[in-house]
Amino acid sequence: MGEAALKLAAADEPILSVNNIEVVYNDVILVLRGVSLDVPQGKVVTLLGPNGAGKSTTLKAISGLLGTEDGEVTRGSITFMGEEIANRSPEEIVRRGIFQVMEGRRIVEDMTCLENLRLGAFTRRDGAAAIRRDIDMVYNYFPRLKERTGLAGYLSGGEQQMLAIGRALMARPKLILLDEPSMGLSPLLVKEVFGIIEQVCRDLGVTILLVEQNARMALKVADFGYIMESGKIVLDGAKDDLVNNEDVKEFYLGGDKERKSFKNLKSYKRRKRWL
Amino acid sequence: MSGSLFLQLLVNGLIVGMLYGVVAMCFVLIYKSTQVVNFAQGEFLLIGAWTCWWLVVDAGLPFWFGFPLTFLFMLAFGVALQMVVLRPLIGEPIISVIMVTIGLSIFFQAITKWIFGADVEPFPEIFPVKSVDIFGLQVQPAYLMSLVVSIAIMIGFAWFFKYSRMGLAMRATAFNQQVAQSLGISVKAVFATAWAISAMVSALAGVVVGMVNGVSGALSFFGIKVFPAVIVGGLDSIVGAIVGGLIIGVLENMAEYVDGQWLQIGNLYTVAPFYVLIVILMVKPYGLFGTKKIERV
Ligand SMILES: Nc1ncnc2c1ncn2[C@@H]1O[C@H](COP(=O)(O)OP(=O)(O)O)[C@@H](O)[C@H]1O
Ligand SMILES: [Mg+2]
Repeated sequence: MGEAALKLAAADEPILSVNNIEVVYNDVILVLRGVSLDVPQGKVVTLLGPNGAGKSTTLKAISGLLGTEDGEVTRGSITFMGEEIANRSPEEIVRRGIFQVMEGRRIVEDMTCLENLRLGAFTRRDGAAAIRRDIDMVYNYFPRLKERTGLAGYLSGGEQQMLAIGRALMARPKLILLDEPSMGLSPLLVKEVFGIIEQVCRDLGVTILLVEQNARMALKVADFGYIMESGKIVLDGAKDDLVNNEDVKEFYLGGDKERKSFKNLKSYKRRKRWL
Repeated sequence: MSGSLFLQLLVNGLIVGMLYGVVAMCFVLIYKSTQVVNFAQGEFLLIGAWTCWWLVVDAGLPFWFGFPLTFLFMLAFGVALQMVVLRPLIGEPIISVIMVTIGLSIFFQAITKWIFGADVEPFPEIFPVKSVDIFGLQVQPAYLMSLVVSIAIMIGFAWFFKYSRMGLAMRATAFNQQVAQSLGISVKAVFATAWAISAMVSALAGVVVGMVNGVSGALSFFGIKVFPAVIVGGLDSIVGAIVGGLIIGVLENMAEYVDGQWLQIGNLYTVAPFYVLIVILMVKPYGLFGTKKIERV
């Protein structure tokens, strides 16, 4: 673990702690090889890395959805609020307060916005009135969802992402795992969605673990970041450390001049591999 | 004279069609939420009707006590069937699951014959048999009750899937099991609920038909009628199941009318729905209400 991580962890006990986990799919495909990360209470932590690095797998290991894809945590531990949750069922983990917004939003297309939101509250037991209040709260964050009365499958990509986040909020989770919310959205919409993520985190005190390929945007909202490659964490640090790190600048934030001149062919190739 | 016969058959067709619709809904419920094609749907009516008959006639319970007990029994029966027989089959090829439900159907038919015999046993009279006159049509009170029950079940289904927490969970599971699980929904609980509701509602239909026609192995024919109904409606559409049921019910009776008036072939009503089924499928291969995937533009 990096120095900065140690400092953060010392400041306040992390709500989620992933310790040296190994994940195997179908009993043979080793995808994560010793991944560790900490998510402090009330903060936004981002997990960056190229396609196929194992970011989604990490989130599914935490949320228990790994089990639905014949994957398993075969080594290490995942503790949430001090309790071991590795390989538990997704139902149990949602009830404990972790909610994953899967890659590609995955809203229920043949339901309305409202029905999707009510589904988000499936595990709640605090009554219809509280759920109605939260539906209003979500509509407050995403006013345009209120105007959409048709099936959610007909919403635009941006609206579907908003609905997916709103549905997560309906579960009143302590920790939201967000998998590539910027995927397929226009830059303007990405900005809007990230603005709301930041606001939600501030207003509700929800902790967020954000997986992104859009490192520039993610590092804007995150307090802390991890960079993952081929199933391993290769770099971590507080936001500013990462933003100023030369490698991160070059590979993730795009040193524009170098890219155009193709001066450093070797690193250009590496960069391409990472995207 | 033949005009009023026509009207009478039309009304009969609608009433029976509603019941077909109810049973078809039960079938679609299982298919949609668990992807199992349940060839034993008709036997649910059979088991439900025999259970109620046994409780009321043999055990001598008053109907209004034996009837809810039947419900409880079918609830347990549906859950047990799902857990013991069908849960281990999750992930097996569809054809294996189909073979198992066909096996179940034969098994239930045999075992009910073994326990209760092959004869038709009448239900004790719960409703007066004397027909009532409605707009010049003779309608048996039992038929009226059947109509009321069917409509009540359909409204119940609509409410359940639109507003109840479990109904929404079942729809989410039908849409995508992984998505449902990510929302904290237990797919196992959804499967068990689907079978339980399907068994209970089918039993209700079985008791209703039993009151009109008596209880016998013939009840499981309802399960066969359900196939044209659901296929006409589209395998995965609840509304389609109801419309399909009505179409089949009316068609049967119209075929009977045409046959009786002009053709004199006999028994045309049992085959006519299947011919219509073929024609509809040629025009609309996914059925009238089959799911079209949402395509965003
Ligand atoms: N269900 C699965 N079964 C087998 N292999 C998988 C499965 N899901 C992902 N993988 C593999 O695990 C690796 C990491 O995938 P993933 O976690 O989706 O990466 P990322 O989200 O960082 O793009 C990839 O090589 C991918 O092929
Ligand atoms: Mg991914």
